[in-house]
Amino acid sequence: MIEVPVSYFLVLSAILFAIGVLGVVIRRNAIVIFMSIELMFNAANLVFIAFSNYLNNIEGQIFVFMVMVVAAAEVAVGLAIIVAIYRIRETVHVDEIKLLKW
Amino acid sequence: MSPVLVELIVVVVKILVVIAVIFLTVLGLTLAERRVSGFIQDRLGPNRVGPQGFLQPIADAIKFFVKEDIIPSHVEKLFYVLAPGIILVPALMTFAVIPFGDQIITYFGNVETAIRFQLADLNVGVLYIVAIASLGVYGLVIGGWSSNNKYSLMGGLRSSSQMISYEIPMGLALVSVLMMSGSLRLQDVVYDQYQLWNVFRQPLAFIIFLVAAFAETNRLPFDLPEAEQELVGGYHTEYSSMKFSSFMLAEYINLITSSALIVTLFFGGWHIPFGILEALDLPVLWEQLLQIISFAVKTGLVIFFYLWVRWSLPRFRFDQLMRLGWKSLVPLGLANIVLTAIVMAIFV
Amino acid sequence: MLHMILFFTFAVIAVLSAVMVIAHRNPVYSAMFLVVTFFSLAGIYILLLAHFIAVVHIAVYAGAIMVLFLFVVMLLNLKTETRAPGAFRYMIYLALPLVVILFLELGHVVFHGYKAAYVRETSVGTVEHLGKALFSSYVLPFELTSILLLVAMLGALYLSKRKLTIEKD
Repeated sequence: MIEVPVSYFLVLSAILFAIGVLGVVIRRNAIVIFMSIELMFNAANLVFIAFSNYLNNIEGQIFVFMVMVVAAAEVAVGLAIIVAIYRIRETVHVDEIKLLKW
Repeated sequence: MSPVLVELIVVVVKILVVIAVIFLTVLGLTLAERRVSGFIQDRLGPNRVGPQGFLQPIADAIKFFVKEDIIPSHVEKLFYVLAPGIILVPALMTFAVIPFGDQIITYFGNVETAIRFQLADLNVGVLYIVAIASLGVYGLVIGGWSSNNKYSLMGGLRSSSQMISYEIPMGLALVSVLMMSGSLRLQDVVYDQYQLWNVFRQPLAFIIFLVAAFAETNRLPFDLPEAEQELVGGYHTEYSSMKFSSFMLAEYINLITSSALIVTLFFGGWHIPFGILEALDLPVLWEQLLQIISFAVKTGLVIFFYLWVRWSLPRFRFDQLMRLGWKSLVPLGLANIVLTAIVMAIFV
Repeated sequence: MLHMILFFTFAVIAVLSAVMVIAHRNPVYSAMFLVVTFFSLAGIYILLLAHFIAVVHIAVYAGAIMVLFLFVVMLLNLKTETRAPGAFRYMIYLALPLVVILFLELGHVVFHGYKAAYVRETSVGTVEHLGKALFSSYVLPFELTSILLLVAMLGALYLSKRKLTIEKD
């Protein structure tokens, strides 16, 4: 019998999600913003798995599988975009990439 | 004597024994590599220190300990110091799930325990190995980057891209083995090979896994990242004394781990062929001892094969290496999976 | 008792390294702290008896995605971040209270909604169960994810072709 209440896992997920949101808002480096988004994905994964265990249902873990695949695909394409932007602007600071056309 | 305490003591003793055996084997391997290389190159290796050079590893260890440990001023100190540790940990972690023998049931006091000759009997064992193998990249990348040196960075990036490229053929070869054993537990993979070893049932998967294992451990013919002629020293250019020896230690531990893995997956693990063990009908402890010895002998033979190949083949160029991995091994691995599926659907 | 200790160890490590991810100026340090976060999350998944997902989590996130991040950071040679001229310097003082309010709202809802529920000893997380479900009831999403990965691969390949650079005048 594992005596950890499920709510503890959910509160941990809320903390991680809040830290991820903070990272997206205050960091100006595009790659660190990406990493904060990954943190938010993981917070959501934790909620899915906690509920999959509590409700004795496999669907939570199937969805976590899909979320991982989506995160991997998003990171691949997103980093390719950042590299392409870097080649032109020579910066990844989001405050300096503010002109639509040059 | 509660069951939990007995379990704990058994696990701690197993861990200490495994670590001691690994480090002793690494010491012996440093000497064995130089002697075997010497014999292949028609010369004797080191044979002055002790009989047949037996004490040479101790001399090497003393040399590494007393050399001055330099930390250059232009490196990123935290990662520079951590990188040898980061590279050692996955190499040792993989050994936790490799079985050396079957289990025996003994009594401590009046507590009945099953001593499994495996540190951790995970039921996702093979997947754990794939995950830990993909962690081995970090030590190289961080070590190469933290040295603040363009040769180290290029060596680190090349080596890590080589390692992640060859994880895919390794995984595909593993899938065909798993299709036959039907379980991710490594003990089940060994039990499945009682009739016929996997090297005869899945020869193509064996070849793919062997080549991928050579690339994963950065051994010749795939050791471009640490080639002295090309990149000064590769990712360990700026390291000296104990940290450098940690890199070498990690490389040898990786060698032993991948040999043990090849033996477990393709050569029947601790299983003795031709039913010799059943014919002899010895008491249980002697059977276990013979099985552990057979595992050690098979691993030793695969390690010898690694050392042999090092001086028999020329080194791959980086683009040839990548082309081999992506254009040859990945399609072969996929074809092997399809073939295995078809054969299993028809005959099983 | 042991599980409580394990949970709090992993949770504290996860939260501290997550804070270091967003706090450290150097992106390589952020990436390595994120790897530590992923490891502690994998430990928490094992506490929730989701063994397969925990190991796949390490293999996919810590083993592949973070390596990709590190590659990009090292190849673009990103140094420590400096503040751009004209940036809003007091963003953190505005953002931090709002994020704390967000966390309090989320935390309050989940904490008081599920107080008496404990982690169960289920067998849904085993490989056999997950494998059966993935290939029987959920085979369509599974095949669609393979197409998604193919599309992402094509997109990344196309975006990194050289001809997207513009000559400077």
